[in-house]
Amino acid sequence: MDILKKFEISDPYEYVAHLKKATGKRVLAYMCSYTPEEIIYAAGIHPFRIFGQVEAISKADAHLQAYSCSLVRGALEDALQGRLSFVDGAVFPHTCDSIQRLSDIWRLNAGMKHHFDVVWAVKLHTDSARKYMYDVLVRFAKELKQSFGITLSDDTLQKAIATYNEIRSLLKTIWQLKSDNKSALTGSQMNAVIKAAMILDRDQVVSNLKELIPSIQLPPQTEKRKRIMLIGGICNHPDIYDYIETSGGVVVWDDLCTGSRYFEGAIATDKEPLRAIADRYYERNICPAKYRDYYTRAETIKTMIKTHNVQGAIFLYLKFCDPHSFDYPYLKEALDEVGVPSILLELEQQLPSEGQMKTRLEAFIDMI
Amino acid sequence: MAEPQEKKDNRIKSVKRMKEIMTNYYIEAKTAAQNNKKVAWITSGGPVEPLLVMDVIPVYPENHGAMVGASKMGVGLCEKAEEMGYCRDLCSYARSDIAAAPINGGPIGGLPKPDFLVCCNNICGTVLKWYEVQARYFNVPLFIFDTPFCHSEMTQEAKDYVGAQILEYIAFLEEQCGKKFDYDKAIEVGKLSIAGQRLWQAVLDTAMHKPAPMSAFDAFFHLALIVTLRGTQIVVDYYTELLNEMKERIANGISAIPNEQYRLLWDNLPVWYKTKWLSDTFAAHNACLVADTYTTAWCRQLDYLDENDFLKSMVEGYTAIYLNISVDQMAKAVIGMIDKYDVDGLVMHSNRSCKPYSLGQYDIQRIVQKERGIPSLIIEADMVDERNFSEAQVLTRIEAFMEIIKSKK
Ligand code: SF4
Ligand code: SF4
Repeated sequence: MDILKKFEISDPYEYVAHLKKATGKRVLAYMCSYTPEEIIYAAGIHPFRIFGQVEAISKADAHLQAYSCSLVRGALEDALQGRLSFVDGAVFPHTCDSIQRLSDIWRLNAGMKHHFDVVWAVKLHTDSARKYMYDVLVRFAKELKQSFGITLSDDTLQKAIATYNEIRSLLKTIWQLKSDNKSALTGSQMNAVIKAAMILDRDQVVSNLKELIPSIQLPPQTEKRKRIMLIGGICNHPDIYDYIETSGGVVVWDDLCTGSRYFEGAIATDKEPLRAIADRYYERNICPAKYRDYYTRAETIKTMIKTHNVQGAIFLYLKFCDPHSFDYPYLKEALDEVGVPSILLELEQQLPSEGQMKTRLEAFIDMI
Repeated sequence: MAEPQEKKDNRIKSVKRMKEIMTNYYIEAKTAAQNNKKVAWITSGGPVEPLLVMDVIPVYPENHGAMVGASKMGVGLCEKAEEMGYCRDLCSYARSDIAAAPINGGPIGGLPKPDFLVCCNNICGTVLKWYEVQARYFNVPLFIFDTPFCHSEMTQEAKDYVGAQILEYIAFLEEQCGKKFDYDKAIEVGKLSIAGQRLWQAVLDTAMHKPAPMSAFDAFFHLALIVTLRGTQIVVDYYTELLNEMKERIANGISAIPNEQYRLLWDNLPVWYKTKWLSDTFAAHNACLVADTYTTAWCRQLDYLDENDFLKSMVEGYTAIYLNISVDQMAKAVIGMIDKYDVDGLVMHSNRSCKPYSLGQYDIQRIVQKERGIPSLIIEADMVDERNFSEAQVLTRIEAFMEIIKSKK
């Protein structure tokens, strides 16, 4: 599968810097799946997600206490070390308290030319919130236009919507193939694909995904490994998929923002484009930093479990992540009720040793 | 030069009255059901006035958290929360409250059961999750009052959104209480709320006097009323009394600590289980923490609140509050207080529990250093969970800090 190589990015920053040089495009960094990428893309700007790369934190420690999550610290470290000096600016949608403060600290210290806050609603179940989401998007579009001296026509927005709908539906197809035992991809390859979809040129992503799908399709396979679902924020540790697979499990679905929360939910094409985009962010499966009602997440996850015949769940949380940690006891209980065993893995910047991880995962998967 | 006061009783006399008021308040809240009154749990920065209009008794889990901390029951409850699956890194107010609910734990045998919950996220995202947990546990309705964060200004669309929610909130209350909202009463409650806040600010302002008649530690104690009973006559009466007492203390040369030589500003929540120790430790160096960024949070809204149109002015009043603004705006507020209270140093409590308050402190420290050049100290702790406090370490740091303060003066 040579096509897979197209999703392998050894250094995302180098890739984006190069893309910028080659195309003259401006680039905006972001770090949350609530970023309205569609508009950035429509504006002719390249959006890319940062995951925080540097292993050893030094500079960020002068701005963030040790009790902030590794994503927030890692991203700031990259910025302060000048690894993002090629970037034109960053976009911070409102999610958790840590990202909210990171936005301020970033604006004061990262020395980037542009800075955007997209202060979405937190409760996503009222008409006033729906309207506010739209207003926020209108403001963001206006700020983009002013900052970069560009225009945004309905046509370019519609084209962006089409591109993003296509990316999301192709990603969903890949996940569905896995769930149907018809995919040749390993979990870590899928993780690489979705992360690449947030980094590579998006037109390239569409053609890559289109090329990839036929090459990974298999006739239905008999699968003896236990069907596992991941629940959490981002998964930036592809090794985890390998450990699960060698321990007798296979990840068939997830509720991650490097997974289904990113690709679920198409944007309507028969509405005013900004309204359609805002509506998708209003309606999509919520992350725990957002509110719909206090049973929504468990219900969504239970539906996923049923649809994908999930046998066990792994909560994959970053240490110091408040929104996810608060949901853990209740989601665990919801899973217990439907007879799905689960474990919690709390991750720091670096994974525990391979041996340690495997022992825990093997014990868990054996028990299913 | 003020004469030494060691022999004088310099305790604040109003403390007794304050304790009575709080006891009565909790008795009333705990017997609400017998008196056909409804109880709502609400976040400390939440819009409480409409509850009072509806005759609902507001109860503050955060105030409960403070009591848990002050009575040193935090570790036990936090450990219980961890057994329930809540991670040790979560806010200790939330953890202790969540753990207290099923066992009626804590210093007052648990809070009265809520009829519904009101959560305003102007202080943090934690309260949202915490109230979801409690809404599930008590199986009661939850109203979210969503106040968009103000990184630079409160945008027009945010004003519209919050404005719409005030009406939604009123509709929610009408449904919960089965009666109409009384707009005339709202004007009265609004006036009392503003009067209470003005008086509280006036009380805090007395610490501008040198020596200060009260310290931040006194403010931590007397704060409970503006949080829990804001909008009632009781608050107005009590703070009038307290203000008079402060004025008297000034007139009689009574100060918070016997020999105030150095004036300091405190940032972040109190370390509830160590307030006395901290107060004594600083006092031993003749240093008084004369003001703090925390207790003033309940009167910062005054810039926005309007007696003549209280409900509408709640939009900004409840959105543009201290924790809901950016780090640089917070730094500005800190500098404003440094000037106002004429302090020699800044003491920052880096509070593991509270990310919106603590992340950004290092930058505030740098901005303060640059703008005012005064020394600052960071104390690593937690407001309720004593396991995150090392007395020896904090003592060493305070001593080193006081050396610097002394050498500068
Ligand atoms: S992992 Fe959690 S704490 Fe970290 S940025 Fe994401 S939501 Fe916030
Ligand atoms: S201490 Fe901080 S995190 Fe906890 S409830 Fe208060 S504002 Fe929120």
